[in-house]
Amino acid sequence: MKILVPVKRVVDYNVKVRVKSDGTGVDLANVKMSMNPFDEIAVEEAIRLKEKGIATEIVVVSIGVQQSQETLRTALAMGADRAILVVTDVTTESLTVAKILAKVAAEEQPGLIILGKQAIDDDANQTGQMLAALLGWPQGTFASAVVPNGDRVAVTREVDGGLETVDLKLPAVVTTDLRLNEPRYASLPNIMKAKSKPLASKTPADYGVDPTPRLTITKVVEPAKRSAGTKVKTVDELIEKLKNAGAIA
Amino acid sequence: MTESHTAIREEVAKLCQQFPGEYWRAKDRDRAYPGEFVAALTEAGYLAALIPEEYGGAGLPLSGAAAILEEIQRQGGNGGACHAQMYIMGTLLRHGSDAQKAQYLPRIATGELRLQAFGVTEPTSGTDTLALKTTAVRDGDDYVVNGQKIWTSRAEHSDLMLLLARTSPRDQVAKRTDGLSVLLVDMRAAVGNGLTIRPIDTMMNHATTEVFFDNLRVPAANLIGTEGQGFRYILSGMNAERILIAAECIGDAKWFIDKASAYAKERQVFGRPIGQNQGIQFPIARAYAQMRAAELMVHDAIRQYEAGENAGAEANMAKMLAAEASWAAGEACIQTHGGFGFAAEYDIERKFRETRLYQVAPISTNLILSYVAEHVLGMPRSY
Ligand SMILES: Cc1cc2nc3c(=O)[nH]c(=O)nc-3n(C[C@H](O)[C@H](O)[C@H](O)COP(=O)(O)OP(=O)(O)OC[C@H]3O[C@@H](n4cnc5c(N)ncnc54)[C@H](O)[C@@H]3O)c2cc1C
Repeated sequence: MKILVPVKRVVDYNVKVRVKSDGTGVDLANVKMSMNPFDEIAVEEAIRLKEKGIATEIVVVSIGVQQSQETLRTALAMGADRAILVVTDVTTESLTVAKILAKVAAEEQPGLIILGKQAIDDDANQTGQMLAALLGWPQGTFASAVVPNGDRVAVTREVDGGLETVDLKLPAVVTTDLRLNEPRYASLPNIMKAKSKPLASKTPADYGVDPTPRLTITKVVEPAKRSAGTKVKTVDELIEKLKNAGAIA
Repeated sequence: MTESHTAIREEVAKLCQQFPGEYWRAKDRDRAYPGEFVAALTEAGYLAALIPEEYGGAGLPLSGAAAILEEIQRQGGNGGACHAQMYIMGTLLRHGSDAQKAQYLPRIATGELRLQAFGVTEPTSGTDTLALKTTAVRDGDDYVVNGQKIWTSRAEHSDLMLLLARTSPRDQVAKRTDGLSVLLVDMRAAVGNGLTIRPIDTMMNHATTEVFFDNLRVPAANLIGTEGQGFRYILSGMNAERILIAAECIGDAKWFIDKASAYAKERQVFGRPIGQNQGIQFPIARAYAQMRAAELMVHDAIRQYEAGENAGAEANMAKMLAAEASWAAGEACIQTHGGFGFAAEYDIERKFRETRLYQVAPISTNLILSYVAEHVLGMPRSY
């Protein structure tokens, strides 16, 4: 079985982002970029399935700026087999990405597509769902366990009430949650090998998709600063304070 | 331009994140060897970065090893536990016989054999290496070694030691630099049979020791290169060592500067961030400028080294400037943190103690300055 893993280049999770002074977005100049952490989990899961002999080939794909190549090389160093980069300089919207991925899937015919449940830049949490809809494939989102069995896959999902397991027919779309696995770091020999693994460069036009954004960001603001709290000794005092603050009647 | 090795840095950073501050603090408190960290680095092939591919290493240029070590320090770790496994083998690689290389290098590459002990410094000769007193006297198929080394780091965590000993008395050599030889000592067999290792308690966790040789027999087959030429072989490896230590200091400096500037932005005193005061900003900004200048010198030294030029002056200056930059950054960091800088929990006092070493070892600042004065500026030799 072939597994397709889409990966996104995002601001590193350690970076404290700053809103641009004109409020159009966050400042990305000189900011460290990395693979979206949920996508790392997706790559790791695919590699584990390959190590178990279930997957035969792992293809990683990224849609974004030229430098997304580095993100793909990271995935190749972890253990993916080959990469596809769909180069575009415009802001990638979930639907555009899902449309391109649907075309890639049609070409590659994977048995499973594993994506991160969301990207930590816009936290949209919709690409996987849109992709499943466009392909007409079953989906298992927020996965904390992925167990393929013949032509089916059991996906344990983290839902509000606890865990839910869905049994999907392959091919299927799975999105990863945080607890699915702990991604590995690449070894030095694998980093070296990754340099010569195949990486195909494409454009959205190659897939017949127009990447022009359809959404406009009107304003980006910093979260409001939290002001200092006060300590209360008794419940009565708490109620008193809440009343005074007009929080309760 | 030397390669930046971004992918390597990123993956080393991820590896280091498995070994957070708590890990290093516990090791520091117990003066314990960070064996798990060293095993992880070995397993991932990083310590074999400089070993040629034909012997099972990655065959990276020096810049690759520098990137690995810099990143370890930058993530708050302490590469001193194993950095020598990367570069001591250079002497074997450059001056060993084909048979010696085939025998040892592949197993050093896998980490099965550790060659990370370097016996040069002695208690009575100090920096004056040519005055060392440990002797190796040929007796049949062996050398018989007698004497003492000090500050032999990692001896308890190494299988092999690269030993510099006198094979011809000082008054019987044609040139003052003749008469020393390099031997590869298999310490596993030697401990208790003429070799005694005693740990030295130091202000940081560095696994350093003193080593005593009492009629230790070392097979003559373990002589590296030609008898009497050892001093030259050791010198030829020193540029790489200095450049790599300099890279570690750059990593330390970046760690201190990151910590200091983050804290300066966050810590509120008198109703505003302390980083709003120039008295706090300037030392950090100055340390950053010092670090960048030292980093450029490290890059230049690497460029020369990789081009096969004599990098002696730049490697020495890079080590000196980088060790001073990491110290300045450490000083700014601890001062910025006020009392909290002294709390072990912040890791600053630990890194502060650790980075101080590099102004003394592997060569002290004064000796670098005498080198520059003599060899670059043509002034009379002062020692
Ligand atoms: C933790 C640690 C680990 C070490 N690891 C190793 C190791 O693994 N292997 C190894 O072989 N060595 C090791 N060393 C030894 C280290 O390389 C030496 O300590 C260093 O070279 C200085 O030598 P010394 O201590 O004998 O000082 P000395 O030579 O006694 O010098 C003392 C001071 O006098 C200064 N000085 C000496 N001569 C002159 C001069 N002519 N002009 C101006 N100033 C001068 C020096 O700069 C220094 O500041 C280690 C040292 C330490 C502390």
